[in-house]
Amino acid sequence: MANIMTSNTASTEGKKRRLRGGGRYGSLGDRVFDTCNIIFMLLLMVVTLYPFVNTLAVSLNNATDSIRGGIYLWPREFTLQNYSYVFNEATILGATFISIMRTVIGTIVTVFCSAMVAYTISRPDFVLRKFITIAFILTMYFNGGLIPNFLLIRDLGMINSFWVYIIPGIIGVFNLIIIRSFIEGLPESILESARIDGAGDFTTFAKIVLPLSLPVLATVALFTAVWQWNSWFDVFLYNSSEIKLSTLQYELQKILQNSNASMSAKSAGDAFANADNANANMVTPFSIRATMTIVASVPIILVYPFLQKYFVKGMTVGGVKG
Amino acid sequence: MAKEASPGIQTTTPKPQTSHIPLFFKKLVQQRVLLLMSAPFLIWLFIFKYLPLWGWTIAFQDFKPAKSFSDQKWVGFEHFKMLFQDEKFIQVLRNTLAMSTINLVLGFVTAIVLALLLNELRFVLFKRLVQTVSYLPHFISWVVAANIIATALSPDNGIVNELLMWLGVIKEPILFLGIPEYFWGINGLSEVWKNVGWNTIVYLAAMTMIDPAQYEAAEIDGAGRIQRIWHITLPGIKPVIIVLLIMNIGYLLESGFEPQYLLGNGMNVDYSENLDIFVLKYGIAMGNFSLSVAAGMFKTVISFILLFAANYTAKRMGESRLF
Repeated sequence: MANIMTSNTASTEGKKRRLRGGGRYGSLGDRVFDTCNIIFMLLLMVVTLYPFVNTLAVSLNNATDSIRGGIYLWPREFTLQNYSYVFNEATILGATFISIMRTVIGTIVTVFCSAMVAYTISRPDFVLRKFITIAFILTMYFNGGLIPNFLLIRDLGMINSFWVYIIPGIIGVFNLIIIRSFIEGLPESILESARIDGAGDFTTFAKIVLPLSLPVLATVALFTAVWQWNSWFDVFLYNSSEIKLSTLQYELQKILQNSNASMSAKSAGDAFANADNANANMVTPFSIRATMTIVASVPIILVYPFLQKYFVKGMTVGGVKG
Repeated sequence: MAKEASPGIQTTTPKPQTSHIPLFFKKLVQQRVLLLMSAPFLIWLFIFKYLPLWGWTIAFQDFKPAKSFSDQKWVGFEHFKMLFQDEKFIQVLRNTLAMSTINLVLGFVTAIVLALLLNELRFVLFKRLVQTVSYLPHFISWVVAANIIATALSPDNGIVNELLMWLGVIKEPILFLGIPEYFWGINGLSEVWKNVGWNTIVYLAAMTMIDPAQYEAAEIDGAGRIQRIWHITLPGIKPVIIVLLIMNIGYLLESGFEPQYLLGNGMNVDYSENLDIFVLKYGIAMGNFSLSVAAGMFKTVISFILLFAANYTAKRMGESRLF
């Protein structure tokens, strides 16, 4: 959050605004408006950030002490016990590993495959161009639904396998569209000169188009990485009986589910099934939940401010092209 | 025939008697690299996106997973009839429509208001800081968000209860997620908290297209801030608002799945369960595949019609369609 230098679409607009403001800060009404606006924005930031700060404080606070309540912005009895407990659990360590693996592998595969298909449908003379484009775009309007998809994955033998995280999602239509429109915007002369030098389609794609498309590929990579990191439903649906393939988000989901169930049953006692009795004095479900929440969101919180402009570009470009 | 159809291609295929079909294959052979680059993904597309449609046959059968396709008993529209007589299904349909309508209205109004206010901020650095912070919840998963929301709404030291008690609005902590009638509102506000900042992007981009001369002219005419927002900025982004609104109506049956599933519990189930959860419960948990597929199919077909209608309307209105 410290990085406020990250540019966004509004920068040019800011310039216009300063020009038209002309240095005059206007009437009393204007100043009242500005003050209210700034107060509103500060409130918005508090509402957005407070839950994260509070969760961080709880995760760094002594677990038994947290039950007393009254933890707001910083820990009362600072400790790293919650984190050392979480990272000593074999399940959580394994889940962290799988989360990282699916994010890295899934992103590389998706970006490469989407770019390749996007390249083929950007070639104006490719005879299957229209057919492939329509075949992909149609799938935005319908899908087989939960059960048919589940049965398909089962029949393909992908239950309890790592590849169920990668293969069903290798190409997103949205990604395809924004990469295609980027490639179509590249100067045709560059591709033409490669062809004159004797480069085939694959060489042109790998050596010329891929490096030139880095900005849009970065956007797609980021969308994909965030989506992979945040996914839990495919774990729940296909791999819930294989603990080795669990992910951080799914482990956190199970903790949330347990605490929901205990809320309905009004028995807060054994909410966290994984916490064995030896540790019961040191950690509580409440603290574990907070700690896991931080662990599952920190990579994203650290990374997104620096990559914001790519996301914003993807939103504004992808939003109008079809 | 080939002569008049493809004069340009004549240079590469100088046989005048070629008809369309061999020409097509001839070109395909020439473009075999492109074909090799795309064919694996066409097969992938067919398997993962089109093949599951075959599964819709399950809705018309008395499906038993152990039996082969030819051994299944066909029952026609029996499951659809059952669906519409099922009180649970009607309730779930109500929840879906209610929540997506609330999300639609709330999401639109808050995003537009926030975009207008952000646009009025004079200090560029402050504006960027607010934007960066407001994007944060969009990037975190719903699992994390649901955890945060459940903690904030908790009756045991949850910040919302503490704040309301401190302000004297309530005397006893409220079990917010345990009161069914509150769920639609909680769901709508959660959606706003998570996505309002992100949803301003499109509007802010549209605002940069407004001619600054309009503002100068209005200022000279003595228009105040509110008047300028109302008469210049808002009309300036009107086309974008209309297109987004139409497109969103296309997604009316997509009320979301994750927030309802993650924040839902045994107490608020009558208001939190939507179509997607219904499909999941009947299909995966209870093993009633046929009824579940019928419900899923109903949703997809209606959505398909709505989306096409929305897309068509947006196009007719002369705006660039979104998808």
